[in-house]
Amino acid sequence: MSQPTLEGGFVDAPRDAAQAFRACMSAMARPGRVETLYGAAPPAPLSPAAGALFLTLCDADTPVHLAGAHDCDAVRSWLAFHTGAPLTDDRAEAAFAVGTWAALLPLADYPVGSARYPDRSATLVVEAGTLDTATGARLTGPGIDGHARLALPDAGALSANHALYPRGLDFFFAAGDRVTAVPRATNVEDT
Amino acid sequence: MTDYNFAYLDEQTKRMIRRAILKALAIPGYQVPFASREMPMPYGWGTGGVQVTAATLTPGDRLKVIDQGADDTTNAVSIRKFFERTAQVATTTRTAEASVIQTRHRIPETPLTAEQVLVYQVPIPEPLRFLEPSEVETRKMHELSDYGLMHVKLYEDIARHGHIATAYAYPVLVADRYVMDPSPIPKFDNPKLSNCPAIQLFGAGREQRIYALPPHTKVVSLDFEDHPFEPSKADAACALCGDDASYLDEVITDDAGTRMFVCSDTDHCSARRDAGHCGEDAA
Repeated sequence: MSQPTLEGGFVDAPRDAAQAFRACMSAMARPGRVETLYGAAPPAPLSPAAGALFLTLCDADTPVHLAGAHDCDAVRSWLAFHTGAPLTDDRAEAAFAVGTWAALLPLADYPVGSARYPDRSATLVVEAGTLDTATGARLTGPGIDGHARLALPDAGALSANHALYPRGLDFFFAAGDRVTAVPRATNVEDT
Repeated sequence: MTDYNFAYLDEQTKRMIRRAILKALAIPGYQVPFASREMPMPYGWGTGGVQVTAATLTPGDRLKVIDQGADDTTNAVSIRKFFERTAQVATTTRTAEASVIQTRHRIPETPLTAEQVLVYQVPIPEPLRFLEPSEVETRKMHELSDYGLMHVKLYEDIARHGHIATAYAYPVLVADRYVMDPSPIPKFDNPKLSNCPAIQLFGAGREQRIYALPPHTKVVSLDFEDHPFEPSKADAACALCGDDASYLDEVITDDAGTRMFVCSDTDHCSARRDAGHCGEDAA
C-alpha cells in the first residue's frame, strides 16, 4: 500500500470528525452558507472538503459511487483504507456519490427515497471548483432568513429536484476545503 | 485521556446518527428512523437527546442541560455530568453562554442565537400515535399529508371543553408539509419554534426517531379560523422574580393547598433576581 493512501486521514478521528460534522450540519441547516472542513488531505481529484465529508459520514454501511475522474486508483484506495465504504458502480444503490457536476449526471440515476421513507435517498458531493455566494440562483426555504444566493451549475435541475419534495437528492458543493449545501427542501430560482 | 471515546458513543454509531441528522435537516419535520443504542440510563430519561447531543458535541462546546426549564433537577444534573466526564466539555447553566442546549420539555426564555443548537428529548415522536396506533398507517398518513384526524382531535377538544384543551405537545405544521410533535413542551413555547435562528434537533431514543428544524423554518401551530391558537400560561407573576411574562410552575407549599408560582426557567429567574427584580415571596 502506497504512502499517499495511508496519509491524509483525521489525526484525532473522534474530535476531528466532531468538528467536521458540526460544519456539515451547519451547512445543511443553512443552505448557501459556506463552511470550512479541516483535517483531511485526500489524493486529487478529491477535494479536502469532500475528503472530510467522507471521513465524517461514510463507513461500511454507505455505498459510495465515484463519478468520472474521481473513479481512480488513488481515490479508491484512500477511501477504502480510511472509511471502509463499499464502492459501487450501480448509482441506484449509492448513499453518497462524488464527482464534477458533469460526471455525476444524470441525476435520475440516484435514489430519491420513497414517499413513505424520503430519507432513503442519495447525498451528492459536487466538486464545484469555486463557491460563489454573491451572485447566481436565488435560494429560499427552511434554513434561510429571507434568501441566499449561490452560483449553481444547473439551477433548473436543482429546482426539478425540489419539485420532488419530500423525495429528492441532497447536495454538498465542495471547493478546496470549503463546502456549502443545497438540500431538497430548498427552493431554487434561476435569475 | 479517559476510558471513554469522545462523547461516549463509538465512531460508527456517531456516523449513523450524523447521517440521520443531515437527512432530518434536509426534510424538516420528517421523522428519520435511526438505530438507537442502549445508553447508560433508562429509556424515558433522554436517551434520544443524549445520542443526538453526543453526535453533535465538539470539544469546544459549552453544554447546558435543562429538565422542565430547570438546570438543577436529577435528569439535567446527571446528563450534564455524563458529558463532563465522557466528552470533557465545559458546561454552564446560563442560556446565553451555551453553544449546545439539551432540553426536556421547555424552550429557554432567553431568545436563542444562530450559534446555538437546541436538542430536545422526545418521548413519543409521532404526533398521530395516540389517534392511530399503527406505524404503517401513520407513515401512510404522513406520505399523503392526511392530517384530517389531527384536526378532528382538536375539534373534539372544542366540542368537549369549548376551547382547544391541548396544553402541551401541541401539534405543529412544519414548512407547510409535515405535522410534527414538538415534544411535550407547553404550548406557551410553540411560537418560539418558528423562525428560530438556532438549529433545533429532536431525538427519540426508545422510538428510534430523529427529526429537525433548520433555522428560520416556518412552524405553525394547528388551529381553526374561529378558534385560533393561543399560547397560554398561569395568570400570575413569578413569586421570586416577579416576571409576569415567563412560563410558570405551580408549587404546592403546604397540606392546606397553599400554592405559589415560580419561573419554570431557573436560569431566567435567577438572572432576573441577580439584576434586582423581586417577586412578592422573595426572601
